[in-house]
Amino acid sequence: MSAAFLVLSSFLASAVEMVEALTIVLAAGLARGWRSSLTGVAAATVALAAVVAALGPALTVIPLNALRLTVGAVLLVFGLQWLRKAILRASGYKALHDEDAIFARSLAEAEHAGRVAGGGIDWYGFTLSFKGVFLEGLEVAFIVLTFGSTQGSIPLAATGAGVALVLVAGVGVAIRAPLSRVPENAMKFAVGTMLTTFGIFWSVEGAGAHWPGSDLALLAVLAFVGASSALLVTTLRNQRTALAAVGADA
Amino acid sequence: MSFVSAFGRFWWDFVVGDDWRAAAGVIAGIAATVMLAHASVAAWWLLPPVVVAVLYVSLRRATRADAA
Repeated sequence: MSAAFLVLSSFLASAVEMVEALTIVLAAGLARGWRSSLTGVAAATVALAAVVAALGPALTVIPLNALRLTVGAVLLVFGLQWLRKAILRASGYKALHDEDAIFARSLAEAEHAGRVAGGGIDWYGFTLSFKGVFLEGLEVAFIVLTFGSTQGSIPLAATGAGVALVLVAGVGVAIRAPLSRVPENAMKFAVGTMLTTFGIFWSVEGAGAHWPGSDLALLAVLAFVGASSALLVTTLRNQRTALAAVGADA
Repeated sequence: MSFVSAFGRFWWDFVVGDDWRAAAGVIAGIAATVMLAHASVAAWWLLPPVVVAVLYVSLRRATRADAA
């Protein structure tokens, strides 16, 4: 059960980040040329591989309880940030993530930036692609390594990320447009809920406490975090509607 | 800004984000769980409500700042 949950969480988190990276790579490629953009992608992939190669083995030598406590705490803080933003988006306090708008803005900025060429590479396009892939990829690497190491299977978590990579890159190459039909905001909400759930579960185990029902408790925590988040969205939506009504009356 | 402070700033923003108080609340909840567990008291129930309470306070702070 937790293995399927692990692969699904890793897949969803990776797919969301890869859709965002694809938008930036497409904007850089169309505005500044594909050679520079794809060189940036390749360089970022090498840099990410170096980060994973350095951190991956280090995580496997830490005792499991200490690892779960540390990684659980970091994952919980990180996941709560995702969930907080997702709730603010869902309740209307923060603008929804719009891949088309981001693509249009990135494309306009890339088209109007001055040419910085050298060695057959346009360095603006290279840097734009490199930053996009490295920063989004770092989140993927972080999630895969933390999920995988605490659950005792980095390859399983990497499988979810690998499937997401093949899917997003394949569709991206086929349509050469941002994947704006992907329900990104709903996926971000789901990922925030899952990161927070895993963070709670492993922090408690790492702290030396035991869940009743063992791994099955993961589902109960997921339900609790999901229901609480939905309640918070409803509360904030109502609060926003009430504030708007007061503003209209004034 | 030196490389070390820029590197630290990057990881702080990456993990903690824009509400350090939420992170501090979560860490306090985990510390309380560790203490209860080491005192041989059932502690699994503590963290989920603490996390939801921290999230609620953080969201209230964010939406109040937005409304002001």
